[in-house]
Amino acid sequence: MLLFYHFGKYLLFLKGMFTKPEKFRVYWERTLHEMSNIGIGSLAIVAIIAIFQGAVTTLQIAYQLISPLVANPVIGSIVSDSSILELAPTITCLVLAGKVGSHIASEIGTMRVTEQIDALEIMGINSAGFVALPKIIAGIVMVPMLIIISIFLSNVGGIIAGQASGILTPDEFIQGARDTFRTFNLIFSLIKAFTYAFIITSVSCYYGYYTEGGALEVGTSSTRAVVYSAVLILFSDYLLSQLLL
Amino acid sequence: MIELVNIRKSFEGKEVLKGISTSLEPGKTNLIIGASGSGKSVMMKCMVGLLRPEEGSIYYDNRDFLGLDDKEVREIRREIGMLFQGTALFDSNTVQENIEFPLKMFTNMTAKERLDRVNFCLEQVHMQGINKRYPAEISGGMKKRVGIARAIAMDIKYLFCDEPNSGLDPVTSRVIDELLLEITQEFKITTIINTHDMKTVFDIGDKIIFIYEGQKWWEGNRADVKIANNKELKAFIDASQF
Repeated sequence: MLLFYHFGKYLLFLKGMFTKPEKFRVYWERTLHEMSNIGIGSLAIVAIIAIFQGAVTTLQIAYQLISPLVANPVIGSIVSDSSILELAPTITCLVLAGKVGSHIASEIGTMRVTEQIDALEIMGINSAGFVALPKIIAGIVMVPMLIIISIFLSNVGGIIAGQASGILTPDEFIQGARDTFRTFNLIFSLIKAFTYAFIITSVSCYYGYYTEGGALEVGTSSTRAVVYSAVLILFSDYLLSQLLL
Repeated sequence: MIELVNIRKSFEGKEVLKGISTSLEPGKTNLIIGASGSGKSVMMKCMVGLLRPEEGSIYYDNRDFLGLDDKEVREIRREIGMLFQGTALFDSNTVQENIEFPLKMFTNMTAKERLDRVNFCLEQVHMQGINKRYPAEISGGMKKRVGIARAIAMDIKYLFCDEPNSGLDPVTSRVIDELLLEITQEFKITTIINTHDMKTVFDIGDKIIFIYEGQKWWEGNRADVKIANNKELKAFIDASQF
């Protein structure tokens, strides 16, 4: 029952958020600020994860596949397709759920417990729209960009690891990646990125917005935001794969 | 004029407001007093729409506040300023950004006009020259004054103050009281103050409403408070004397 209660409340929260902004320019400025926070602020961690993800996947695929009967470029094609289809969008977004989600939930939760959200309401501002909408839009714009960067760096990591370990040359890796590349895979990856971005930002905003109590509850909201975002990402990963592949 | 008719509010089956009816005097300082947990904060939150009572009506100049849609409620709220107990300043913004925030949201003022208005508001609360400081860099009393400055940035008709003296030393408390009185008189606004500070009551209270266990137990002016023949009110006043 609690699940339905929260789901209904979440839908009402989203409905309440989408109203005409009081002042478009202020919302626009906030959205740009959030885009910088989410996008630029997450670039380093995304890059590190992507490079090592590509490198490790290359080594593990090689460990399992190396044989005189398997051509080296196959390793490149598997690493590249895995990065596009699953590793870059899902793993990156699980990490972003932790980084961005907890930040959003704790920021909004703190605003709630220190009455800053009440202050917005008293001023006649749609507080849900004001605090959440710029973050959700920023997430939907920036997360797919991060995923594209992640896919690229994942392949770079694979090339570096392949070359450094002497398993395959960069040319072989790129040849494999190009041989099996399908545009739809990239589109599928971006559909995932949009979906995950919406889940991370909206779920975190929801838990932050409905925080009640003090510092302890802000921490609880932050944890819940991360956990539920991660679970919903995995659930929607399965659902999208089932529907679109 | 704000009028409350039979306001009832419960939390998890416990009735906190038990049918409160009263009216607030326009252009005056209206004080809601009572012990902690008596329901005065809940009453104020109902008045500004942060809580919705289960029963009763609230009228702002004969407009039924509880019967309005969200858009109309927001229109009325633009006539309201509020000083929160914890000040509720936006901590990532400077003092200037805090005060000019409602101006940015609801007016078409230029940056220069907004700055002039911010400086005017800071002057009203005797806090000139702190525009660029962050809330974390100023004292509790200064935060309260900035909170008042933000509340009066727009042309408001009603100023709500939730425990404006809480956490302040007696000297700063008197400064805040004087400021609230000055602002009420100068801008001819209706000020509603939640407090349990009897010094505030005797210094600036035009109308006093005593809330006891969720009910309006007594109302009158500050001269009547001292001679009121009401056991609970007397006990409350006596407990505040030292």
